[in-house]
Amino acid sequence: MTTNELPFPGLRSGVELVPTTDTPQTGKEFTSDQEVRWCPGCGDYAVLKAVQGFLPELGLRRENIVFVSGIGCSSRFPYYLDTYGMHSIHGRAPSIATGIATAREDLSVWVVTGDGDALSIGGNHLIHALRRNVNMTILLFNNRIYGLTKGQYSPTSEPGKITKSTPMGSVDHPFNPVSLALGAEGSFVARTIDSDRKHLTSVLSAAAAHRGTSFVEIYQNCPIFNDGAFDAIKNNDTKADAIIPLLHGEPIRFGVEGSKGLIRDGKTGGVKIAEVADVGEGALLVHDAHNPDPSTAFAISRLTDSGYLNQSPIGIFRQVERPTYDDQARAQIGTATQAAPGAPDERLAALIGGGDTWTVV
Amino acid sequence: MVSKQVKQLDRVIIRFAGDSGDGMQLTGDRFTQESAAFGNDLSTLPNFPAEIRAPQGTLPGVSSFQVHFADHDILTPGDAPDVLVAMNPAALRANLGDLPKGATIIVDTHDFTARNLTKAGYTANPLEDDSLAEHALHPVDLTGLTVAAVKEFGLSRKDAARAKNMFALGLLSWMYGRPVDSTIAFLERRFAKVADIRDANITAFKSGWNFGETTETFAVSYEIKPAPMPAGTYRNITGNLALAYGLVASGVRSGLPVFLGSYPITPASDILHELSKHKAFGITTFQAEDEIAGIGAAIGASFAGSLGVTTTSGPGIALKSEAIGLAVMTELPLLVIDVQRGGPSTGLPTKTEQADLLQAMFGRNGEAPVPIVAPQSPGDCFDAALEATRIAVTYRTPVMLLSDGYLANGSEPWRIPEIDDLPTIDPDFATAANHPLEDGESDFWPYLRDEETLARPWAVPGTPGLEHRIGGLEKGDGHGNISYDPANHDFMVRTRQAKVDRIADSLPPMEVDDPSGQARVLVLGWGSTYGPIGAGVRRVRKAGYHVAQAHLRHLNPFPKDLGEILKRYDKVLVPEMNLGQLSMLLRAKYLVDAVGYNHVRGLPLKAAELAEAIGELVAQAEGVDVDLTAPAEEAIS
Repeated sequence: MTTNELPFPGLRSGVELVPTTDTPQTGKEFTSDQEVRWCPGCGDYAVLKAVQGFLPELGLRRENIVFVSGIGCSSRFPYYLDTYGMHSIHGRAPSIATGIATAREDLSVWVVTGDGDALSIGGNHLIHALRRNVNMTILLFNNRIYGLTKGQYSPTSEPGKITKSTPMGSVDHPFNPVSLALGAEGSFVARTIDSDRKHLTSVLSAAAAHRGTSFVEIYQNCPIFNDGAFDAIKNNDTKADAIIPLLHGEPIRFGVEGSKGLIRDGKTGGVKIAEVADVGEGALLVHDAHNPDPSTAFAISRLTDSGYLNQSPIGIFRQVERPTYDDQARAQIGTATQAAPGAPDERLAALIGGGDTWTVV
Repeated sequence: MVSKQVKQLDRVIIRFAGDSGDGMQLTGDRFTQESAAFGNDLSTLPNFPAEIRAPQGTLPGVSSFQVHFADHDILTPGDAPDVLVAMNPAALRANLGDLPKGATIIVDTHDFTARNLTKAGYTANPLEDDSLAEHALHPVDLTGLTVAAVKEFGLSRKDAARAKNMFALGLLSWMYGRPVDSTIAFLERRFAKVADIRDANITAFKSGWNFGETTETFAVSYEIKPAPMPAGTYRNITGNLALAYGLVASGVRSGLPVFLGSYPITPASDILHELSKHKAFGITTFQAEDEIAGIGAAIGASFAGSLGVTTTSGPGIALKSEAIGLAVMTELPLLVIDVQRGGPSTGLPTKTEQADLLQAMFGRNGEAPVPIVAPQSPGDCFDAALEATRIAVTYRTPVMLLSDGYLANGSEPWRIPEIDDLPTIDPDFATAANHPLEDGESDFWPYLRDEETLARPWAVPGTPGLEHRIGGLEKGDGHGNISYDPANHDFMVRTRQAKVDRIADSLPPMEVDDPSGQARVLVLGWGSTYGPIGAGVRRVRKAGYHVAQAHLRHLNPFPKDLGEILKRYDKVLVPEMNLGQLSMLLRAKYLVDAVGYNHVRGLPLKAAELAEAIGELVAQAEGVDVDLTAPAEEAIS
């Protein structure tokens, strides 16, 4: 599976102002000396390997990369990368990253978070980072369970889920992270899978290249508390019917031998699944990630199962250009600074000595 | 023209009171500016409801502004007004209880209608019975006179009547010989784009002055000579403005870009407003989605090499507590500014209180020591901000600055400092590896400490070779990697405490004001009670008794000589606008039998009441009768 690896023409790169290096880098250089302490078989290992392998491809100076995380299993991520990093507090990573990204245009800022961290305790910061479009990439590891606290249901767990805190089944309605990000007017919204390294890497490349908040949901298996949650999209026998691949500029088609596809639903204005044989290839919806109107992307996101995951669209749902908060905030400072020449001490004296004054001799 | 008598006074307290929409804050502020320009010493107390526009004419809707000005140095806005300007019945009723016998009352008779009297809870018109007989009552139709004066500008009656506050200001300006140029210039600026409103306000202001000068209503005007003050250039300043300027100065004097992450909250929002104007100093102001994001972004900015600042009030501190703990653990410079208000919960948002001291001291999980500094007057907020920055940057720690609603909105003349006299603050960023390896190379240890300050290195992203990870999990000593080792945790907890304790090494000795050297009672305070305590102490001394005064700028750590100072006195009185929070800390640390003087009325302490409390303690300590009304038998220099 491939996706569009580069931003569409005209868009400023997300790493445009970050210093680069000509010296070839290796994944090893991005690997810290800390022992990785996730459970055996955890999907986080695969994502870590993919990120360590992918970062050298960016060609950025290692000291100009910052990883920020919150709390949860995935939030240990920064300790294992030899970049600058902060393992912060539960749910707050997007706010901390906002401060870093706004203070420094020369840093590539990454947030690593989970479904509990980003969507429960930190839901507010996530939606506000997305609406502001701060230049950062948010990797949301979605395992649909609380792992670090040992197995309670999460805000993405399916209704009826039996867990330690829901012995009679969860009565919570889950969030669809992609729908939420699109609703918050995210300018880059994608979904990928921990075990598909090629797809994961291609989405990360596009996310890093995007200027603004890039939101990437990564389906990630927790072998201890929620094993098999993504079997349908990982199993070779079922994944053709389970994964709805999104490729910009191409008809959305899936199923064994591409027998199924998405078409407009005339009744609702949304989209629905049809047999290609019934509707003809010409009726298939052509995916347009660059559509300024997010309605179709949202409609596609709704095809994700909210219960056990038998079907899910995977790929870049939306990638549009929109001014970023941090670029604009810095531009205002630049404008104001240019309009006020003079040494800071002198300008400070003028400021505090302004207004109505009087002199006592 | 009537010939008018001019009387000399040494000080006057005026309170302007009206509906929240009557412009009383503006009126008081202009009178203050005029008095400042004239050279009086002064102190102000704005007092307004939390509601933006409470129902018109009702008691909850009354807004007031008190200004105390004098020909000598004064410390407080005054306990009881000599003059009350009441724009409606509610304003009269709400403030009458504070007036001493003989006080002057100027009322706008226009609003004393049956309906307004009922709204204010009057069953009879107080202007017509003898209920105000003990006061010097001046009923004036301020509204009617204003409307008549501005007739030529063709405004609606409503707009014309709105200039009545300027008529009142003009009248009071005449009564006290205030210079009027700055107010006229102010009105020209303020209403530059609406000529008729501008002209109406200026005309109303001048008409008020002329009304005093020419009619027989007021027979006497007053002169309050300028106060002698140390040489220098002065301006009038509120605490919030001084604090904002102190933060600008902190950025300039440290060379660090200031990053303010803040969520609007009364009474701290003005600092956000002010700093947002000063982008030319490289200041970023981030209005966050909530209190937590405000401090989160500030922590992120500090990690990235800015001076991270967050401003809030007590409820905001409660929300930020976990993030303050993160800053303690990651040992990053951070300013946390708490402009305290009445609590608990939403409490009294627009009123003052000092009840967040223990929250600042202990309001976090685990052993999480945070240095605390407190300004003692509006102008002092400038210096307190610089001192908080010095501590935060030098010791790599979050610092709590405790201002309060009274300091925030109150004002005083402020001698503008010379820039060269301000401290310079060295961020001293780490630029190279600091930990030698066996092979002769070095690597970077983010928790290897400075021997003197115990501060860790501040290595900002973008510095090659110093890549490192920090976070909320316990750090191994030196290398800073995650450590669950029991002995290491015990060591790190003690080290973080020791680092904060070391700040005391950098503090000057406390100043104790004990002019006779014979005092057996010490009055010890912190924060905005400095003014009332000083005024209370003066009254006691003026009556011939001995009392010492000291005031704490640093609440954590305490100055090193505090324990010794406390031991010198038989009795220690600790006045606070809380139920004894500093008293509790002093008792715990020094085993001193501190006596509390505590009020939580949402208002500054009153100097006269405080003087009585000091007098009682002096009587106990010295075994004498104390009578503060008696003239001093023995003058104390």
